[in-house]
Amino acid sequence: MTKVKTLPELIKMKETLVSQRACYSKQLHVCGGTGCQAAQSKTLDVTLKEIVTDKGLDKDVKITMTGCFGFCEKGPIVKVLPDHTFYTEVKPTDAREIIDEHVVKGNQVERLLYVDPTTREHVPNSDKMEFYKKQLRIALRNCGEINPEDIHDYIENDGYQALGKVLTQMDAQQTIDIIKKSGLRGRGGGGFPTGLKWEITSKSQADQKYVVCNADEGDPGAFMDRAILEGDPNSIIEAMAICGYAIGASKGLVYIRAEYPLAISRLKKAIAQARELGLLGDDILGTGFNFDIQLRYGAGAFVCGEETALIHSMEGKRGEPSFKPPFPSVSGYQGKPTNVNNVETFANIPVIINKGAEWFASIGTEKSKGTKVFALAGKINNVGLIEVPMGITLREIIFEIGGGIKDGKKFKAVQTGGPSGGCLTEKHLDTPIDYDNLTAVGSMMGSGGMIVLDEDDCMVSVAKFYLDFIVEESCGKCSPCRIGNKRLYEILEKITQGKGTLEDLEKLKNLSNVIKDTSLCGLGQTSPNPVLSTLQNFYDEYIEHVVDKKCRAGQCKALLYYVIDENVCIGCTACKRSCPVNAITGDKKQPHVINQDICIKCGACEEKCAFDAISIKLEHKVKVVE
Amino acid sequence: MISKILTDTAQTRSAKNPETKKSGDPVTQELKPAAINSFSAAEKDKTKVKIKLSEDKAHKILEICASYNNDPGELINVLHETQGEFGYLPAEVQEVVAQGLGVSTAQVYGVVTFYSYFTMIPKGRFPISICTGTACYVRGAEKVLEEFKRELNIGVGETTEDGKFSINCLRCVGACGLAPVVLVGEKVYGRVSPESVKTILANYEEK
Ligand SMILES: Cc1cc2nc3c(=O)[nH]c(=O)nc-3n(C[C@H](O)[C@H](O)[C@H](O)COP(=O)(O)O)c2cc1C
Ligand code: SF4
Ligand code: SF4
Ligand code: FES
Repeated sequence: MTKVKTLPELIKMKETLVSQRACYSKQLHVCGGTGCQAAQSKTLDVTLKEIVTDKGLDKDVKITMTGCFGFCEKGPIVKVLPDHTFYTEVKPTDAREIIDEHVVKGNQVERLLYVDPTTREHVPNSDKMEFYKKQLRIALRNCGEINPEDIHDYIENDGYQALGKVLTQMDAQQTIDIIKKSGLRGRGGGGFPTGLKWEITSKSQADQKYVVCNADEGDPGAFMDRAILEGDPNSIIEAMAICGYAIGASKGLVYIRAEYPLAISRLKKAIAQARELGLLGDDILGTGFNFDIQLRYGAGAFVCGEETALIHSMEGKRGEPSFKPPFPSVSGYQGKPTNVNNVETFANIPVIINKGAEWFASIGTEKSKGTKVFALAGKINNVGLIEVPMGITLREIIFEIGGGIKDGKKFKAVQTGGPSGGCLTEKHLDTPIDYDNLTAVGSMMGSGGMIVLDEDDCMVSVAKFYLDFIVEESCGKCSPCRIGNKRLYEILEKITQGKGTLEDLEKLKNLSNVIKDTSLCGLGQTSPNPVLSTLQNFYDEYIEHVVDKKCRAGQCKALLYYVIDENVCIGCTACKRSCPVNAITGDKKQPHVINQDICIKCGACEEKCAFDAISIKLEHKVKVVE
Repeated sequence: MISKILTDTAQTRSAKNPETKKSGDPVTQELKPAAINSFSAAEKDKTKVKIKLSEDKAHKILEICASYNNDPGELINVLHETQGEFGYLPAEVQEVVAQGLGVSTAQVYGVVTFYSYFTMIPKGRFPISICTGTACYVRGAEKVLEEFKRELNIGVGETTEDGKFSINCLRCVGACGLAPVVLVGEKVYGRVSPESVKTILANYEEK
């Protein structure tokens, strides 16, 4: 690759690439995201390429392995351009039919088309899919569109134009002003205004400053940042360089989870290619601006997503948070001013520069501009990655984009914000989503995990799940978080075991508030949110657990009851003999009875009964009729 | 010094959160000055995994350190690479790393035990990782985990006696559409049910 030395050269390169692309009459995009790769999309890609080469179609048909399309539920995905035909669950063995029928003859392969779950009809192209209709892809603009392993694909799609523009036409303050005016807020969870953060860092005086990209993504069940890094790594590189220019830094660091091998390898490739083209390194585009990026690996600690912990971890230490101030923008990595931004925050930057602050600010709500990427998962039909304008409602996301609840079950709650967030319910479905609204109803935007729960989920267990995570991940530096969360977990455990009391519910609430108020870092300050929000929105379910000893979702094993139906039981004694704790009594040929106080719910008796007389009930108290 | 043959200890527990861990955390213990740069005999005695660190291997570690300019700030990168080389980070490996970077063994141990990615016991030949991210959890990952534990008769973070399988949990591999997800080595299994656990394990029958 020869170096691109000036902005006009870059523009020329883009034009050439665009005209080369126009030579292909058909293009096939195969998803190469982690989800689809797990379902053999790599073999599919290779097979398609072989067939096309065999048939001598390679001058006419371009096959590209792209990043994630977002529609992970039905992967692997193949999209055909220019008609936007959207094939789902494609297997390597389907490759030949797609080429023979669709590419050569122009007939869609109907059996591979997406079937709309409500109309039961085949959907001819992606523009007609409910999943995409309400989405607006800014941060994900290139995911599923370009080959993330080839920088030319990025350049063809306006890549590095924004960097060229700021370097040649703007000074640092003008760059900061655009970001400020756009209203962009940090997508890592806190929602701090990005332009303001850049300005503060730019004003800190030092011989060296750093740009850090936070790609730690610890929220269990979220994969937004990973998808961006896998699908469009160059957008992060470009944005970090722009940030470097704005704040006066020549060094960038990406802190990325070691558990993301694909993202790491694509990012490394992209950095190497950008260096080769001279888009990273010294004297970028002949403007005298120097910038380069290094990777630092996380090693599996959620708390390292917190920026001060992240900085300590990058310095080779235990990732324990420290007190703020000083903020990283004043004293961060190696004690130097450091600007930390999230991956998705960065992904928005080049577009804002290219399209302008006004354009960006016209999207979203008054205080939250632009879009947000969510990882939609759980009991929902369309699991996947979505990007929606701020201000959209949860109802639109869950029931339109998400296609409603799986298996026709009833919606119960939606969890946003991961371990720092909360569970929202039916009554919040029409709240427009933005930073402030979600906080006001007791949850959080967080980094973008969105888990949908249905009637089979026990809310106490869900709170316990998050607390379990927190107990494991608390760094242990301060006692409210280290000890308090453990106690919260134990109380929840007690409740799910059927041993909880009303007093425990009070304790949960009080302890939660103490932990929130007294913890050192954001982890402890938000960790009780799942407990508080479930207490607030699902209090009756807690009451059922502690008073009625009942778990309506049937998830708490200790609150299930094995009951013998006296009308069916013939008194064969098989169950009695199988019970390890002698909980069953009854004479031969007489209906047997299980003593609930002794039963350990092992299920042995149910298995042994040849007459299906034993069943599991959510309640065992026979109502006494007076 | 580094070529001496050492027998060793390996413990998995993490010292990240003392509240949840068993007693005897060497980092928080009062250490005699002489012990600061090495693991105590008692520590090493709880040996399950015996390893000999040959001169070659010790050199390899020192080389890795040198490739990072023996900069203590690169400790985590050095540990990543060393674990990549050896598969795990037993006590004597940590001692050599400490030597290479000129820091105390306690500091290395403190870092190794803080991060769950680093392990002090070797994983099985077929390491099983069960995703316990939220999406997998709500689609039944817990039951799948229970089934693996039952089938293999080991707990999370443990390795079967024959060294074949080990069980680990990880949080979200980004394939939530396939939840619950299980990884065996690099292979991803999606939509795993407790019933399919036996079938998955059967794939690794050694003939
Ligand atoms: C416990 C905890 C975990 C966090 N995890 C992440 C994370 O995984 N990714 C991230 O970008 N920010 C995370 N943050 C927020 C960061 O501290 C920081 O605010 C953010 O990276 C700033 O970037 P932004 O302004 O672009 O959002 C976390 C914060 C806390 C308290
Ligand atoms: S709040 Fe928790 S994670 Fe944060 S410093 Fe305190 S113990 Fe560590
Ligand atoms: S479930 Fe187990 S413990 Fe309970 S009655 Fe049946 S056999 Fe006995
Ligand atoms: S939660 Fe298991 S893959 Fe995302």
